[in-house]
Amino acid sequence: MLLFILRRILIAIPTLILVSMFVFTLQKLLPGDPILVMAGEDRDPEVIALLRERYRMNEPIVMQYFYWAADVLRGDLGVSLRTNEPVLSLIASKLPVTIQLALMSMLFAILIGIPAGILSAVRKGTWVDWLANLIALSGLSVPNFWLGIMLILLVSVNLGWLPASGYESPFVDPWKSLTTMIMPAFVLGTALAATLMRHTRSAMLGVLQADYVRTARAKGLRGRVVILKHAFRNAVLPVVTLTALLFGELLAGAVLTEQIFTIPGFGKLIVDAVFNRDYAVVQGVVLCTAVGFILMNLIADVLYVILNPRLRTAQ
Amino acid sequence: MTLRKLTTALLASVAMTSGAFAADLRIGLQEDPDALDTDQARTFVGRIVFESLCDKLVNITPELDFVPELATSWGWSDDGLTLTMQLREDVVFHDGTAFDAAAVVANIERSKTLDESRRKSELASVESVEATGTYEVAFKLASPDATLIAQLSDRAGMMLSPTAAAEKGLELSNDPVCSGPYKFVERIQQDRIVLEKFADHYDADSYSFERLIFLPIPDTTVRLANLRSGDLDMLERLAPSDVAAVEADDSLSFTSATSLGYQGITVNVNNGARSETPFGQDARVRRALSLAIDREVINQVVFEGVYAAGNQPFPPTSPWYDATNPVEARDVDAARALLEEAGLDGISIEIQAPNNPVQLQLMQVIQAMTAEAGIEISIKATEFATMLSEQTAGNYEGSQVGWSGRTDPDGNIHSFMTCEGGLNDSKYCSEEVENLLNEARLSTDAAERKASYDAANAILREELPIIYLYHQTWLWAMTDRVQGFTAYPDGMIRLSGVTME
Repeated sequence: MLLFILRRILIAIPTLILVSMFVFTLQKLLPGDPILVMAGEDRDPEVIALLRERYRMNEPIVMQYFYWAADVLRGDLGVSLRTNEPVLSLIASKLPVTIQLALMSMLFAILIGIPAGILSAVRKGTWVDWLANLIALSGLSVPNFWLGIMLILLVSVNLGWLPASGYESPFVDPWKSLTTMIMPAFVLGTALAATLMRHTRSAMLGVLQADYVRTARAKGLRGRVVILKHAFRNAVLPVVTLTALLFGELLAGAVLTEQIFTIPGFGKLIVDAVFNRDYAVVQGVVLCTAVGFILMNLIADVLYVILNPRLRTAQ
Repeated sequence: MTLRKLTTALLASVAMTSGAFAADLRIGLQEDPDALDTDQARTFVGRIVFESLCDKLVNITPELDFVPELATSWGWSDDGLTLTMQLREDVVFHDGTAFDAAAVVANIERSKTLDESRRKSELASVESVEATGTYEVAFKLASPDATLIAQLSDRAGMMLSPTAAAEKGLELSNDPVCSGPYKFVERIQQDRIVLEKFADHYDADSYSFERLIFLPIPDTTVRLANLRSGDLDMLERLAPSDVAAVEADDSLSFTSATSLGYQGITVNVNNGARSETPFGQDARVRRALSLAIDREVINQVVFEGVYAAGNQPFPPTSPWYDATNPVEARDVDAARALLEEAGLDGISIEIQAPNNPVQLQLMQVIQAMTAEAGIEISIKATEFATMLSEQTAGNYEGSQVGWSGRTDPDGNIHSFMTCEGGLNDSKYCSEEVENLLNEARLSTDAAERKASYDAANAILREELPIIYLYHQTWLWAMTDRVQGFTAYPDGMIRLSGVTME
């Protein structure tokens, strides 16, 4: 198992290098001059010249990449062009926020999606199935930003139950942290819950037709045991991979949700950085995201092995 | 406990804990400020925070007169080359060090020499600064500069603690040390900036809040929702489309001031190959476009009537506005006649505009209006950073942009209309205009200056390198518990005398 993990990590290194080169080039292809943005409304030519030199914008792009990569290897991701804050500390302060949001959304999604999927598979063709499908379809179709604003208007403005936006760290004020996160996590979780529900349902439907389920039923096992122990355990495999991959989707979805609820997380960091042409920040964030994706995939593969005994013996 | 009871209890306690201390003022900002160092800072929104964090040498009144702040009085030498300022003697910085003439010298030198300083052009006329007494300072100028007082009433005149500046260097932006009524506590990027009251401020009694919490919330709907739900006490830059909702809400109030800036269409008249169009080369075509637009209707349709129609670099509320030449009425026939005179049957023009719903709506209204005069506008929605570089590179025919405005009229016109001006993206160049604008800089006599600006604007009205459209209005919304707020045309939030019931 350890060898397997180690091999996967080694394979990840060239991927990371490619990703970083790709993003670096793409960014430079973006129209718009970061130095003009940084120089401010007055665009003092003297300031522009100094900034160009400071950030090595005069050099060829290949050299710029190597300077950056060399700094990264030394653990230095550079400083934000906009505020002078080190990119590493920015990421360190934003990442936990988005992870909290993603975990809470995932929790929402799993709590709603998986039971709904099982239920609608077991009760296929009944009103339960129909209702679950309807909810799933709406969950997938309703855009995040619309649902977010509607929730703010209803829950915060009209009912006054939850804060409309903002963020508090759970280590400072756990209660406030929870209340500011409920709505965004729900909004972000709905679409995922729908996807999870649809996949759980189809996996369950497949498994419920299988011979061993019939055998289990024939042995006289109770319905609940058959469904949860025999059918679900096997149906859950593709769902686990999906959940891990969806985690990446969560990060993408967080971009929009964080904008609406003004949550100072990763998504908001990258959007603001792109608009300000804050190259160092964009670059750092993308690198971290790529590492995150690779880690999630690794975790999914490991979970697979744990859940599926056949793969274990193959090792 | 049943689930329903539990939920009710939870929600009730949320409702109870969401109110903040009355001693806090929570202010919603449209953007997250940039570096909190008065020399490195470049954004409008950052200035709002500096207003509470840092004292300036000079302040302004809502009528744009200059009044003392850290400088108690000032005077010019007869040749206009020396500005002497007397300073307050009871001022300390947030780190406990004293403010004096030496501190002013250190600050101006930092603004002029720091590599990253964005203040260099603002202080370009200052050759040297000298402490002529413990509390007296003299600015020596290379040539007379009427705009200097105005510069010292903004970031260039904001005083940082020289001790802290020397110690922290560029890092100062993450922990600024000034002498203002509030001192820096913490900043979480894109989330909040917290300041707390500075007890040793010379005018501490005028400031009633213990803490200021600035919360950047870019979405206007969400910003207003926060105000209505009680999560904010006030916000800046309310969207014109939300004015009706705020007026209808008994617990909210709003106040406004016409800004110092303008919005218009910058025309490429001389900036590379793309200026070689009838629109760029023939002023009659530009006048035709201007005449085809009904600026009042634009104000009503796009901005709910809360902005001000404009045809000059200065808003109608400014003392520098030329009242003898108000906004012209729309005249489609005259516009057609001008096109004919230019030998054109009709014309297509591409105009780039910022990619946001309001500016695009503005351009669509203009597009419909000019179409009636035979001018087909194609709108190129462009993200702002890109627009800026296209503009400087000359890769545009027309560009819908604006300027946030400066207290001194020079700031709204000189860099845009002089041949080598740093912001002259149309590359318009006229010796006559150039001379008039340079003369206006030298004189300290307001009437003389006004005559120069009027004369320059009379030429520009014919030439139209910028077709002025309207002047934005700053809109602040607040809960009706916030009392005593005064609106200033510079869009800042000054909290002296503001209280919360």
